[in-house]
Amino acid sequence: MAGTLEVSLWRGGADGRYVGYEVPMRDSQTVLDVVTWVQRNADATLSYRFACRVGMCGSCAMTVNGRPRWTCRTHVSKVASDGKLKVGPLENLPVIKDLAADMRPFFEKWQQAQGRFAPSKTRTDPIERISPDSPARLAANAAIECINCGVCYAACDTVRWNPDYLGPAALNRAWTLVNDVRDAANVERLTAVAADSGCHACHSHQSCQEHCPVALNPTASIAGLKRKTAQAYLRGEIKP
Amino acid sequence: MSMLSRRTSPLWLAALVHRLSGLALAAFLPFHFLALGLAISGEARLEGFLRWADQPLVKLSEGLLVGLLAVHMLGGLRLLALENLAWREGQTRFALLAVAAAMVVVFVFLASVF
Amino acid sequence: MNVRLYIWQRLTAALMVPLLLVHIAVIFYASRKGLSAADILARTRGSVSWALFYGVFVSAVAVHASIGLRTVLTEWTPLRGRTRDFAVIAFGLLLAVLGFRAVVAVVLP
Repeated sequence: MAGTLEVSLWRGGADGRYVGYEVPMRDSQTVLDVVTWVQRNADATLSYRFACRVGMCGSCAMTVNGRPRWTCRTHVSKVASDGKLKVGPLENLPVIKDLAADMRPFFEKWQQAQGRFAPSKTRTDPIERISPDSPARLAANAAIECINCGVCYAACDTVRWNPDYLGPAALNRAWTLVNDVRDAANVERLTAVAADSGCHACHSHQSCQEHCPVALNPTASIAGLKRKTAQAYLRGEIKP
Repeated sequence: MSMLSRRTSPLWLAALVHRLSGLALAAFLPFHFLALGLAISGEARLEGFLRWADQPLVKLSEGLLVGLLAVHMLGGLRLLALENLAWREGQTRFALLAVAAAMVVVFVFLASVF
Repeated sequence: MNVRLYIWQRLTAALMVPLLLVHIAVIFYASRKGLSAADILARTRGSVSWALFYGVFVSAVAVHASIGLRTVLTEWTPLRGRTRDFAVIAFGLLLAVLGFRAVVAVVLP
């Protein structure tokens, strides 16, 4: 494939602007390849984030032609319209510089939703046997492969309208732990996600599901949390 | 703070329709209640209002209100099902179905009053 | 919206589904027949059933609409916290007062 791509990249912080670059087209070129080409050949001061380049680490998400995407697995040929590519930092997060968004609010909400495993046993206890086809395990499996890329968070209009909303990724993570029978912190977790701006703020736009690069369905996980918290509240196990 | 999305998907539009119909119904309700409350000061005042409401333009507005009510209820039923039943794909189709059914209700209403 | 508001909003929503179906049937019936005020009041005055039906309906809608409005204010206006909550409680009370007044107007013999 010969020719050039017209690429505009966000440069600077929140008050920055898009700057144009001409990048040679290549076969099987990804958006991350394009960004890397600019950094190596046009402007070494370009800041962006990546690590694994194979869709596992969740570091390289950016806004590509208006949509949040994992850039390492996004082929230019699939997304460039008329050889034009516009790449910016993820939305709904502060910009640090250029294409690097500040992920702190995203991970702080992950913690706020109690998105960490709380062990109920010690290493001297026997290993818990969990049947792979138990309903709870199946529910956890369906949501477990999140790579923390932040694409769903950037795609979510509820996050945009209510900056306190925990967002799809943190709630999806909470749902996997709610379905982990070994976890000891579910009262705290359900209390955290049942508060104002928790799971009940979700409007089921399903943008998270539509944009998730690993085809998860956070909307379904959040619906599960809505049921679980409602049951827990009605039984008096949690207080809002 | 922009109220609109930068990416409008059918389900986002469904949520917008649900929100706007809900707001419109909430704004209309006080007037609805005031009109019925006219009966407190006697049948004649309510009768006067009802005859005023016989105008075609008012009837058309009533059709619109019936439509808002139907689309808000049907869209809400879709959400109740999504949140409380096993997950189902194809929500866009259900949302379209809700809008279509509301339009049928409006059509039947207008056909019956005109 | 926290879990308590969520349960109230979804419960009133579910409760209003059958009420709405009846209400829409009433709208169709009254419009089609072109009922006069006398016709309507003859059917409603002194009726415990209509008083109960619309009394429940008004209560449910006042709760449902004010919780919905709270979410809209949170997401679409800068109102937050107590100011927002007072505003929606005031709106819910307005709906309840005007609604019960309307019910009383048509059912009191």
